[in-house]
Amino acid sequence: MSTKVISLVSIGAHPSSGRTRRAEQDARAVELGLQLAGEHLQVVHAGDHREEALRAYLGMGLDHLDVLEQPAGADVLGVLGDYLRDAGAQLVLTGSQAETGEGSGMLPFLLAEQLGWPLIVGLAEVESIDNGTAQVLQALPRGQRRRLKVRLPLLATVDNAAPTPRQSAFGPARRGVLAAQDVAVVDDELLADAQLQPARPRPKRLKVIKAKSGADRMKAATAKASGGGGKVMKDVTAQEGADAIVKLLVEEGVLR
Amino acid sequence: MLNTLLPILLFTALALAVLGALRRVRMWRRGRPSKVNLIGGLLAMPRRYLVDLHHVVERDKYMSNTHVATAGGFVLSAALAILVHGFGLQNKILGYALLVATVIMFSGAIFVFKRRLNPPSRLSKGPWMRLPKSLLVFAASFFIATLPVAGILPANTGGWVMVAVLGLGVLWGVSELFFGMTWGGPMKHAFAGALHLAWHRRSERFGGGRSTGLKPLDLEDPKAPLGVEKPADFTWNQLLGFDACVQCGKCEAMCPAFAAGQPLNPKKLIQDMVVGLAGGTDAKFAGSPYPGKPIGEHGGHPHQPIVNGLVDAETLWSCTTCRACVEECPMMIEHVDAIVDMRRHLTLEKGATPNKGAEVLDNLIATDNPGGFNPGGRMNWAADLNLKLLSEVKSTEVLFWVGDGAFDMRNQRTLRAFVKVLKASGVDFAVLGLEERDSGDVARRLGDEATFQLLAKRNIQTLGKYAFKRIVTCDPHSFHVLKNEYGALGGEYLVQHHSTYIAELIAQNKLNLGQHKGGSVTYHDPCYLGRYNGEYEAPRDVLKALGIEVREMERSGFRSRCCGGGGGAPITDIPGKQRIPDMRMDDIRSTEAEVVAVGCPQCTAMLEGVVEPRPLIKDLAELVADVLLEEPAPAAAKAPAAKREPAEVH
Repeated sequence: MSTKVISLVSIGAHPSSGRTRRAEQDARAVELGLQLAGEHLQVVHAGDHREEALRAYLGMGLDHLDVLEQPAGADVLGVLGDYLRDAGAQLVLTGSQAETGEGSGMLPFLLAEQLGWPLIVGLAEVESIDNGTAQVLQALPRGQRRRLKVRLPLLATVDNAAPTPRQSAFGPARRGVLAAQDVAVVDDELLADAQLQPARPRPKRLKVIKAKSGADRMKAATAKASGGGGKVMKDVTAQEGADAIVKLLVEEGVLR
Repeated sequence: MLNTLLPILLFTALALAVLGALRRVRMWRRGRPSKVNLIGGLLAMPRRYLVDLHHVVERDKYMSNTHVATAGGFVLSAALAILVHGFGLQNKILGYALLVATVIMFSGAIFVFKRRLNPPSRLSKGPWMRLPKSLLVFAASFFIATLPVAGILPANTGGWVMVAVLGLGVLWGVSELFFGMTWGGPMKHAFAGALHLAWHRRSERFGGGRSTGLKPLDLEDPKAPLGVEKPADFTWNQLLGFDACVQCGKCEAMCPAFAAGQPLNPKKLIQDMVVGLAGGTDAKFAGSPYPGKPIGEHGGHPHQPIVNGLVDAETLWSCTTCRACVEECPMMIEHVDAIVDMRRHLTLEKGATPNKGAEVLDNLIATDNPGGFNPGGRMNWAADLNLKLLSEVKSTEVLFWVGDGAFDMRNQRTLRAFVKVLKASGVDFAVLGLEERDSGDVARRLGDEATFQLLAKRNIQTLGKYAFKRIVTCDPHSFHVLKNEYGALGGEYLVQHHSTYIAELIAQNKLNLGQHKGGSVTYHDPCYLGRYNGEYEAPRDVLKALGIEVREMERSGFRSRCCGGGGGAPITDIPGKQRIPDMRMDDIRSTEAEVVAVGCPQCTAMLEGVVEPRPLIKDLAELVADVLLEEPAPAAAKAPAAKREPAEVH
């Protein structure tokens, strides 16, 4: 298979100790990439090439990892987009959200927008790639999977539904090369102006189960989340569909 | 006639033996270099053989006497036969001496023969069944051939028939005992064994010493191999050590993984290494296979990867590193070193630590404990104990090394009990608190030398900041690592297991102890305290001081059976037919004791994992804390205050 696969990786942080490590989801993106492309997988990080935590990705069996040199707080969107275009990427894999830094989870969306590529959220498995079209499984809540056919190039985020990353071994981690590349630095004006405050965990909604029998409780625990509203539109033109979406977004207050 | 035939046979066999020896030496030299005192080792060899090795063999009196007679008789007969029949020194005295030597050898060989009539399953069959016959034939042939020399029979007795019979007998004898010795026959053990003793990689083991710490890998040199991938990656004297194996199967009989039906047999493993160093398949192996793995499907070569050609990975991961095999081995072969060397390659190069291994190693790197708990919670168990922290007091008499048991609720009971004992004794002690990290034991046994050295160096750095007289710990694994393995990285300390320290406190009358009232007690020796560090007495002394008469298990002391918790075995969790702790619990049940005293958090966890009904499991510290008497007159304080109205609880 000659599809060019690139995985984007970031620096992670262990949830209880806060120590830097390979990011859990990004490691899954590398794992999926290795399963698809083997040694042809290209892995890239935008940041500091001296960061030792990057070696944990090399330890998964990569002989090198490209690092686009960026200072903290830079806007990496442009350089990543240029890099992906220049490299001729066909399939780009990344975690859903970084464990350090802003961690907004916006990067895949902005990147896909900038490149004009389709984006798949929660990629679980790539079943086949033929003729510039990928057949993939997308993870939905409660273990459900949706089969999609998407034309390449495409960008996909992975979450915990993607395969578990392989162990990072010391030998390849030590031998691998962190290849720094000098690229343009764009200041992130939005971040510079913004005020950051620590995230607070959202209070959990109490689950009231009124079930009387064991069977009812089982049903309550396993039932699909059923939205009350929404409607299924079939055989409509693109214009009608788009109008319906805009109408919904206005109703929900997303668009004004 | 014999006078021309015998020298030809003798010298041809000797010449072939020399050729074989050179060939064998070349095989060993495929291994990596190792620093060994070649001359000194050779000079020390006779003593090592006659004293150190004999101590091990002597545990089996039958075999020890048999071997002394057979081997002693053989060496003497061979030397004299070369003089008398080879060089033709037909002296009467030499003749009589040779007769006596062959008689000694023959009588020894009879016992070898007797044991082979109905051999236990641990013994290898195949060519080893031939060996006693060869020994008998060798001894008998030279006996008869020497009778004329001693003047007992006239020369040329028996004529041509006798010459033919004796010629065949000597041919058989020297083929097995001279030529076979260096060309891979059963007698190889004598040739390789002698050199193995001379150039052993742990010369400290001789002369009553002990050497159990794993040898560090050189991580500074990026070209140094990370563990053993191919047989040629072993050091040359390790390869030589494999060749010394006599296939007696004492290791197999003691191996807990083998008994549990896990795919490991230490004897087969060593023989597979021999196959690897010489090249070939295991089809000729005539002993017990790895449980569940048929013989004849594996093969190897000195320059081919071992794992998944010669040996399956799960064989290596079945080992609990309990060292029972090493303790039993009459040839002093180092099985555990070899297993960890191969594990190192799997973990450091292949990233192939099975099951929970990778997760545990990641946790150790990210949180300094194998469970991935928040490192800030390391002292939660002692929140109400007001322990002194070394970061505040800077110096102390006793540094109490808590270990990762701090995160385990069961082990916290042990830790609190030991603190109670320490406080009662009035000694000055302190803990490292949040500055303590995992000792690195489990990372090292799982082959992750890099993480071990990382943890060890940081611990050594921390310890270097403070002044203390000794380290005391309730965990034999931390104890072993701190005592025997930190030294190579620059950390030399006086380290004691809590049983040793409590025994000392009792001997100094620093503890006011009552008598144990909880029923009969047996004691389970932890591998890392006993076999690794030779501490069998202190725990028993402590129990004795509590008025306990230990009901010893059949397998106790240096023959104690592992609980199954060492070497990362619960993490790699290779399936077998039964669980090792269940087997150990059967040992415990057979003493009919109500309580089993332990001295190790791993043993506690493994044994408590056995389903009830079973004896209670109590750490030594708990047993001692239970009978501690309050300092000021215990009788007086009891009476008035004890009667309290029961409070009503809503």
